[in-house]
Amino acid sequence: MDADYALRRFVKPVVFLLCLAPAAWLVAGIVALQSGDADALAAQSLGANPVEKIQDTLGIWGLRLLLATLAVTPLRVLLGWPKLMLLRRMLGLFAFFYVALHFAWYLLVDQAFDWEQLLADVAKRPYVTAGFTAFLLLVPLAATSTRAAMRRLGRRWLRLHRLVYPAALLGCLHFWWQVKADVREPLVYATVAAVLLGWRAARAIAARTRTPPAAVRASSASPISHQPSSEASIGSPTDTTATNSGSR
Amino acid sequence: MNRRPRIRPSEITTEAAWHSRRSFLAGLAGAGLAALAPGSRAQEVATVKLVAPTLQYRRNARFSTAEKPNSFGEVTGYNNFYEFGTGKEDPARNAHRLRTRPWFVVVDGECSKPGRIDLEDVLKPHPLEERIYRLRCVEAWSMVIPWLGFPLGDFLRRFEPNSRAKFVEFTTLLDPQQMPGQRSNVLDWPYVEGLRMDEAMHPLTLLVVGLYGKTLPNQNGAPLRLVVPWKYGFKSGKSIVRIRFSEKMPRTSWALSAPREYGFYANVNPEVDHPRWSQKSERRIGSANFLARQPTQMFNGYGDEVAGLYRGMDLARHF
Repeated sequence: MDADYALRRFVKPVVFLLCLAPAAWLVAGIVALQSGDADALAAQSLGANPVEKIQDTLGIWGLRLLLATLAVTPLRVLLGWPKLMLLRRMLGLFAFFYVALHFAWYLLVDQAFDWEQLLADVAKRPYVTAGFTAFLLLVPLAATSTRAAMRRLGRRWLRLHRLVYPAALLGCLHFWWQVKADVREPLVYATVAAVLLGWRAARAIAARTRTPPAAVRASSASPISHQPSSEASIGSPTDTTATNSGSR
Repeated sequence: MNRRPRIRPSEITTEAAWHSRRSFLAGLAGAGLAALAPGSRAQEVATVKLVAPTLQYRRNARFSTAEKPNSFGEVTGYNNFYEFGTGKEDPARNAHRLRTRPWFVVVDGECSKPGRIDLEDVLKPHPLEERIYRLRCVEAWSMVIPWLGFPLGDFLRRFEPNSRAKFVEFTTLLDPQQMPGQRSNVLDWPYVEGLRMDEAMHPLTLLVVGLYGKTLPNQNGAPLRLVVPWKYGFKSGKSIVRIRFSEKMPRTSWALSAPREYGFYANVNPEVDHPRWSQKSERRIGSANFLARQPTQMFNGYGDEVAGLYRGMDLARHF
């Protein structure tokens, strides 16, 4: 049993289940809401204000997974562990899953389909504007996460998927502007985002000063065979490494 | 004859006794009942219910809403009390550190009888009333709470405020040892709130020492807090140690922290949005349909009583 097989058969399913856990916890909380007296409800997982708790939980996991997605490339390079790429698309799609549910919850439950109010919110309230923009930026990335889309878009796929950087920054801003006074938690997320993006910026600058750009980008006729030196995140094909190592 | 039930000093359980009973029960649960071990918050709530001393009071029906009060667990488990942390469940978790006896309140400023008085002397002359008030948080959620207290005005008159007393300022305890939330500079501690004199003397304005017939739990602002039902919740200072009459408008904590978002008046007003969210509607905690929102009422539904206080004022400007 080689490392590739272990990753595919065990690590990936485990990460998949871990990513699903917050959603499962919310579903269990909602089921529990249907029964029990008020005191028991106030004491259980979703607390006295379930609408807010669900909204916040979906949002925070969207941001966490978005940052986890952005951490794949730096970790891959720094740890010298290329197989990490196998997890990137899954992490990115889970990030989108939570962000989309976060937005849907806001639309369906918090605003209760009050479109007028929603538009007013998006226009007037900077934290909503930031969050909504981040969500919009992620939509095309999720939509082009398939291998077919990647092949079709070629090199443009990489460029498109760089939208994940502004999306992550806007996500942090959305969190920051949303808290009333205590910015300690958003500060942690913003710092992580700054480190992950700063590392990329530093590397890009170093690469530009050391090597002529042509040498780096030569021979990437197909993005599939091109081992992802890209920084792009959501929807990179998880099978790239496997294809190259010829394990199948 | 005016023989209303009143609270006798002997009926007030000291905080030490309250805590020792509480930890005794917690010990029982921990030792004997593994299944109900500490960590189960439902159990915790039940314990608090069991030991909090009962107070004597009469219900004030005239000033009480007929709406269904929130459960004890909701009222004591979902709080904004940043002195104990900024999460809604932090106060219930951390407020046990607060010692509410002995407790003194300094009353000073523009009055002829200033002083530093013991909590028992604060309470002694005032019969307790139960009033079921709506509470509207600036964050667009609301509750209905059966408070126990007495009109602030009755208390303030004891100190004979003079003609320069235009405002009243309320200061919360400052003690990072007891209030771990004060170890970070989320707000400029201590917490300061204030009212205009006529607001403070209004019969709806309550000094509160209990809820649900019992001594006020720490996370709700023990041992002495303010309740001003027509204003957003943050106007009602908790764990008060100082009350000062002043000529100038007090510089209040939230207005200092974010002047664009929180004004001095902070009257509940569905027409004036918070810059970051609408105030048109609210979510009633614990409502049968947890998804539902209900419209917010002007002055939180207390307009008949208080609208006169603001006649001629532009409430969009004086928010």
